[in-house]
Amino acid sequence: MNWVPRIIAISGSDLGVIISLVVIGGGMIWLLLQSIKAGDVDRRIVFLFIFISVSVPILFPITFAETATPIVKKLYDRIEDLPEGSTVLISFDFDPAMAPEVQPMADAITRHCLVKNQKVIFMSLWATGQSLLNVTMQNVVKAEFPNKIYGVDYANLGYKAGNEGVLNVIVSNFRKMFPTDVNNVSLDSIPIFKRIRSCQDVNLIVSIGGGKPGVKEWILFVGDPGNVPIGCGVAAVVAPQLYPYYPKQLLGILGGIKGAAEYESELIHHYKQFAHVDTPGLRMMGPQTLAHVVIMAFIILGNISFFVARRRGRRQ
Amino acid sequence: MKTSQQRISGLFFVIILLSFVSGLAAEEMIVPDPNDSTKICIPQPPTDVKATDAVYDKGNVVDLNWTLSSDDDAAGKVLRYQILRRKAGEGDFTSIDSVVSGTTFYKDESVEPGQSYEYEVVAICDGGSGPSDPSAPVTPDMEWLDFRLTNLFLIGLLICGAVIYFIAKAKRGKTLFIRKIAGLEAVDEAIGRATEMGRPILFVPGIQDMDDVQTIAGLTILGRVARVVADYDTKIKVPVSRSLVMTASRETLKAAYMAAGHPDAFNEDMAQYITDEQFGYVAAVDGMIIREKPATVFLLGAFFAESLILAETGNSIGAIQIGGTANPPQLPFFVAACDFTLIGEELFAASAYLSGEPRQLGSLKGQDVGKALAMIAIILGALATTIGQTWHIDFISKFADLLNSLFRTN
Amino acid sequence: MRRQVPLIITFFIGALLIISVFIPPMTSLKETFTLYFDIIAVFAFFLGGGNLLRVHLSKLQGRKEDWGFSLVTVIGFAFMLTIGLFKIGNPGGISASITADDSLFQKLFNFVLVPLGSTMYALLAFFVASASYRAFRAKNREATILLIGAFIILLGRTPFGMMLTSWVPDQFSILQIPNLAIWVMNGPNLAGQRAIMIGIGLGVVSMSIRILLGIERSYLGEEQ
Repeated sequence: MNWVPRIIAISGSDLGVIISLVVIGGGMIWLLLQSIKAGDVDRRIVFLFIFISVSVPILFPITFAETATPIVKKLYDRIEDLPEGSTVLISFDFDPAMAPEVQPMADAITRHCLVKNQKVIFMSLWATGQSLLNVTMQNVVKAEFPNKIYGVDYANLGYKAGNEGVLNVIVSNFRKMFPTDVNNVSLDSIPIFKRIRSCQDVNLIVSIGGGKPGVKEWILFVGDPGNVPIGCGVAAVVAPQLYPYYPKQLLGILGGIKGAAEYESELIHHYKQFAHVDTPGLRMMGPQTLAHVVIMAFIILGNISFFVARRRGRRQ
Repeated sequence: MKTSQQRISGLFFVIILLSFVSGLAAEEMIVPDPNDSTKICIPQPPTDVKATDAVYDKGNVVDLNWTLSSDDDAAGKVLRYQILRRKAGEGDFTSIDSVVSGTTFYKDESVEPGQSYEYEVVAICDGGSGPSDPSAPVTPDMEWLDFRLTNLFLIGLLICGAVIYFIAKAKRGKTLFIRKIAGLEAVDEAIGRATEMGRPILFVPGIQDMDDVQTIAGLTILGRVARVVADYDTKIKVPVSRSLVMTASRETLKAAYMAAGHPDAFNEDMAQYITDEQFGYVAAVDGMIIREKPATVFLLGAFFAESLILAETGNSIGAIQIGGTANPPQLPFFVAACDFTLIGEELFAASAYLSGEPRQLGSLKGQDVGKALAMIAIILGALATTIGQTWHIDFISKFADLLNSLFRTN
Repeated sequence: MRRQVPLIITFFIGALLIISVFIPPMTSLKETFTLYFDIIAVFAFFLGGGNLLRVHLSKLQGRKEDWGFSLVTVIGFAFMLTIGLFKIGNPGGISASITADDSLFQKLFNFVLVPLGSTMYALLAFFVASASYRAFRAKNREATILLIGAFIILLGRTPFGMMLTSWVPDQFSILQIPNLAIWVMNGPNLAGQRAIMIGIGLGVVSMSIRILLGIERSYLGEEQ
């Protein structure tokens, strides 16, 4: 696999790289000298470097090329290989606090489904998810696919209270829980639901979120009993808990900003028309990568400081 | 004798009358063109309609299956299926629901146990219908026991039985070995430190409500901690995120102070409600930590994203911190930021461990039986699966499948 | 009596709910009791809110230390309660939904509370760095393993991971850092997560039996 990263030049990125190298690099050298003197770094200095490492790539964008890891690629390939006209259900199970991490995934997956002419059903198990669902509908569906027709190519069921109780019902009967869509139109009048009576008639379900109710509930109440393929996009801190379900119950996991960036990168690689859409996942990987590098540098400095102090202590 | 004028009027009237009658006759006499299929649609009915009693239910569910009408194809002649039902042998069928075309299954959840029913499924197209033959009568029945959960019941019985056995054994005076848990050994020392420094103790029992077992675990530890705090006359503060937890914390603290013989030292404001909002609570507790500078911070209960924020703030003021949660993603943050961490089951064992009471310690031994069972099953299962699949030994693969099925609940 | 009644209720309801899992006609009991709990919790809101006001008002009255924070709390509490209860600034009037899109209540939620929550959440970025700096030191064998694992995962999440090990031949591709990071997540991490989850499950069973049998009573304010 060729994963050699390329720095994509976007306006301001050269300046960003220079500032990052000079400020962070220079600061690290100074801290290294401090550590050799066995001095511990004040936590406020750590906070300052994190602030610089996150804010510089935001102000002067630095982007790295990403390649999808197998766990992300599996979900991408599944959507890619679905026959045209298949139905994909995307559930927005997150709140505004988690949105910066997972909304990019929701947008990318929606974009992928629509460009492949899949039929997309949107819904949410979280009250706050409905407004975030609307954001994707405005920014992706209506803005990038104006030819798509509501009711024929996509539909919005909105939010339904009841947590796993909702899933318990829609696994065998959509209309019992959602007699109408979010605009109070009967499901029987919506062409997309002509042959969809339950989740078992859907070709793929993607749960975006990470809290409760979320991916685990979709697997427990729909994926397993209804034998429906499920993929997910979750916050980075939640992803490790879901590895036990991969690949049998979960066919792919997008974890955090990295997962979103990998999916966006894969989409741009295969669909050139998306080269100029907003890719927040890729954009945010710049600050995340730089922050990771700074954290690693501090870990090294901490260990240097620790070993120098220990050696001095032994000599004494 | 009629005049010619009268004859003409009469003739005129007859002509009008005949025209009218012939017009009516013409309407009634229109014969539908049998080749004009847009007017009449008679779809082929669905076949093989079978109604069966759903298993392991309350007796209020009947499963209905049928084979699609032969006209239910891509052309979309069949629009939907109407589900009809009647009590067996009585009257006409009435409609209870409809399902989209392409459906071969329906779950009727509105039947009464013990009453027989018959069903018909009618294919509906634009302007016509094709009813199926009625199904054989079905009588839904209630099952009292869900035998699919037999494995769960037996394993649960085994583990609970072991716990109760060791509780009884401990009651009879048998000494049981329990390994040292560093975080719990440090509780007394941590409280002593706060007393010497003259600084308060902060106890955070998590951010969930009383219906979460981690909160109860946190409060049981609070009971033990509060008893020592009351003895040492140290200040303690318990900021909580739920109102019910506030009342439970107050009862716990009050009982501890009374048992220590210092009822006057108890103050209701020791347990203070902040807010249900996660980050509002964290902001308030962080503020308390920075301003009041507790010497000891206990973070024991259910935590989510705020765990590291609380633990790092406590660390920044130099407090000794004992953290514990049963939420696995948050454990690494406690391990990194706290001096001692209670990992998962250690949180639930804490109250038994701190009390030292034989009956409580006995329950910890019983828990170990469950762990032993899990370890044996994992080792045997991993070996059997590896050997069975690598060397294609059939009976070993079957043994692995058997082990797998033993621990499934569906 | 005061001690016995809560214990009897705990035992009876707990046993009933355990049995209801295995008896189909009783499976809906869990939802019923969850609703009962929610109703009790709603009434408890009055206690919590009352306590909050009392504590902060007494701080204001006595001009105790940091009374300024209490003033902000009381003002915020009273303001949100008033505009929510009387639907002030709600285009639909008093009968409209409290969370209507154009309502002042919803605007304050969207433009004050949500950004404040995001700000607190953002603190994690800084605290992860300071915690890593302090905790990931090779003090002993376990700490060294933790340090190496953390480094592999951190590098694996950046493009530099592959850059550093792109020279490794394909036969040994597992040693390429991104693949190593995936192996750490799928192997040791998964095993650890599962082990902790099994332990937690057993701990919950043991604790629940202690509570049901009345052996553990300190959460009731009982001295053993």
